[in-house]
Amino acid sequence: MIGPEALDDLVAALKGRGFRVLGPTVRDGAIVYDDLESAGELPIGWTDRQEPGSYRLDRRDDEARFGYAVGPHSWKQFLFPARISFWQARRVDEGGFEVREPPPEGAPFAFIGVRSCELHGIAIQDRVFLEGRHVDRDYEARRRDAFLVAVNCFEPGGTCFCVSMGTGPKAEAGYDLALTEILDGEHRFLVQVGSERGAEVLRDLPRRDAETLDLQAAGAAVEGAAARMGRSLDTTDLRDLLARNLEHERWDEVASRCLTCGNCTMVCPTCFCTSIEDHTSLAGDEAERVRLWDSCYSVDHSYIHGGSVRPSGRSRYRQWLTHKFGTWHDQFGTSGCIGCGRCITWCPVGIDVTEELAAIRATEEVSDAND
Amino acid sequence: MATAAETLSGAMAPRPFRVVRRQRETGDTWTLELEPVNGEPLDFVPGQFTMLYAFGVGEVPISICGERGGPLVHTVRAVGAVSEAICASRPGAVLGVRGPFGRGWPVEEALGLDVVVVAGGIGLPPLRPALYECLRRRSEYGDVVLLYGSRTPADLVYRREVEAWRSRFDLEVDVTVDRGEGDWRGKVGVVPKLIGSARFDPGAAVAMVCGPEIMMRFAAEALLARGVPEDRIYLSMERNMQCGLGHCGHCQLGPTLICRDGPIYRFDEIEPLMKVREL
Repeated sequence: MIGPEALDDLVAALKGRGFRVLGPTVRDGAIVYDDLESAGELPIGWTDRQEPGSYRLDRRDDEARFGYAVGPHSWKQFLFPARISFWQARRVDEGGFEVREPPPEGAPFAFIGVRSCELHGIAIQDRVFLEGRHVDRDYEARRRDAFLVAVNCFEPGGTCFCVSMGTGPKAEAGYDLALTEILDGEHRFLVQVGSERGAEVLRDLPRRDAETLDLQAAGAAVEGAAARMGRSLDTTDLRDLLARNLEHERWDEVASRCLTCGNCTMVCPTCFCTSIEDHTSLAGDEAERVRLWDSCYSVDHSYIHGGSVRPSGRSRYRQWLTHKFGTWHDQFGTSGCIGCGRCITWCPVGIDVTEELAAIRATEEVSDAND
Repeated sequence: MATAAETLSGAMAPRPFRVVRRQRETGDTWTLELEPVNGEPLDFVPGQFTMLYAFGVGEVPISICGERGGPLVHTVRAVGAVSEAICASRPGAVLGVRGPFGRGWPVEEALGLDVVVVAGGIGLPPLRPALYECLRRRSEYGDVVLLYGSRTPADLVYRREVEAWRSRFDLEVDVTVDRGEGDWRGKVGVVPKLIGSARFDPGAAVAMVCGPEIMMRFAAEALLARGVPEDRIYLSMERNMQCGLGHCGHCQLGPTLICRDGPIYRFDEIEPLMKVREL
């Protein structure tokens, strides 16, 4: 067990080991992930209220450090940045060119406040970038030494459905340390160790052994969260359900509301589409290749000579939803959804994926009759 | 899993290859032969593609069209900024190459069987390495048939080579064009129409088809009508491809990633997906 003041020691211990410490903090009316100088920058006493298309911060009547769900950011912005440069090249003799690949640089990351759903999100991106035939070199370098301090949820948001996706609210694996914040009685944190490195960092913190009462309080906090999910989703045979319903009339209906803005793909912790761009200097003697986040909601995403494969909003929404919940299983052996609810909260028109999937399930027979 | 070499060198950096020969095929299509500036030639299996990079302009997926062990050959149609820059590359120019990527034609699975190659327009170049392989190991295959069609006589690629193939006694070649312009005295009509009368045993044949999606669909129907089983028909699919590594997400076709699971698919795997509009 550690007290709230020991979080400062945790930040210092990680900094002392050369990590770049990142965690939640309040900025521009949202809880975002940024560099932490001290634990004083955590969102102390803040919570968030989330509904489809709506996100507001609120004051809590306690000093909770992690009394919110998730904000618009996810850890992918550090492990898989929105823009990276792969290489630069310059012209050399005889029409040739030379390619220089800078090694990925910077201190290893330490993330404080990783939710269970986000651990699953990182594991899903690991599958995409590290566990296929090809390894993404940049992701591998950023991911390799990252130190993950997970935080179990006790205050789920209005758009959360991790219980349905089997991704939370309790961190089960993939962390170095996991904290459970206990507000009942003395303000304290149960610390669970997930790795050798975690145990070694914990030794630097002022702590005491956990007692039965602490364990009971921590268990109750997480169980309480599981019982208060804002959303739920029936995931039974979801992959096959979607594969059977590619011509369902619901796609037209949701397309009439969807702005195809791509917000859901930007806030999604697992969306990984990128575009490769080649740039050149004005003189034409230097070139660069960059990678930028892309979104399957853009018309250009599916462009081949002669036109786009998915010109309609209907086909682009269908691509996103069927990929996330269906074909992701075929491609990577896992669902692409972690139930964090960001796509619901940050959709400007409040489209709720749990509602869309439920609608398709509920009206499947109607669609078959119309086929 | 990636090999250590792939991880270390980074699969995103193109290798410089020098253009050693450039030949015009049609009004907008050129064939380039490339040799590596340094190091080993590129090994590949028929049907694979590379990402071909024009300095400062960009990169596009192009099928490998040459013979294994020879120079790297690409036949490219100029349809955009990058392919125009590639087509304009004269001998001596250097292009970047990544790859090869993708799953190839079933040349091994077809051993002992008849082979029916059906090509539409610029669909012949990706099939040529498979045809070379069949001819190199000619005695190990049954009848080998090439059915080739293009929009007009002027759009036929590898014309001399096709004519030379046609003079062989161990290869049946049939050619048709959609519109018989100029002094054309050959067949007129779409290429799937050639399937009905071609000489092969449908029950013991493998079909390899490449061309526009609509042409492939009709070709597959004609092959099925002749009695070729749907799991012996192979098609080559096209989508936007940017990384070739299965990482960028652009080449998704339903449950598959074309750069990783394709571009060659068995018809029974891909047929349900081809039916869905805008998938």
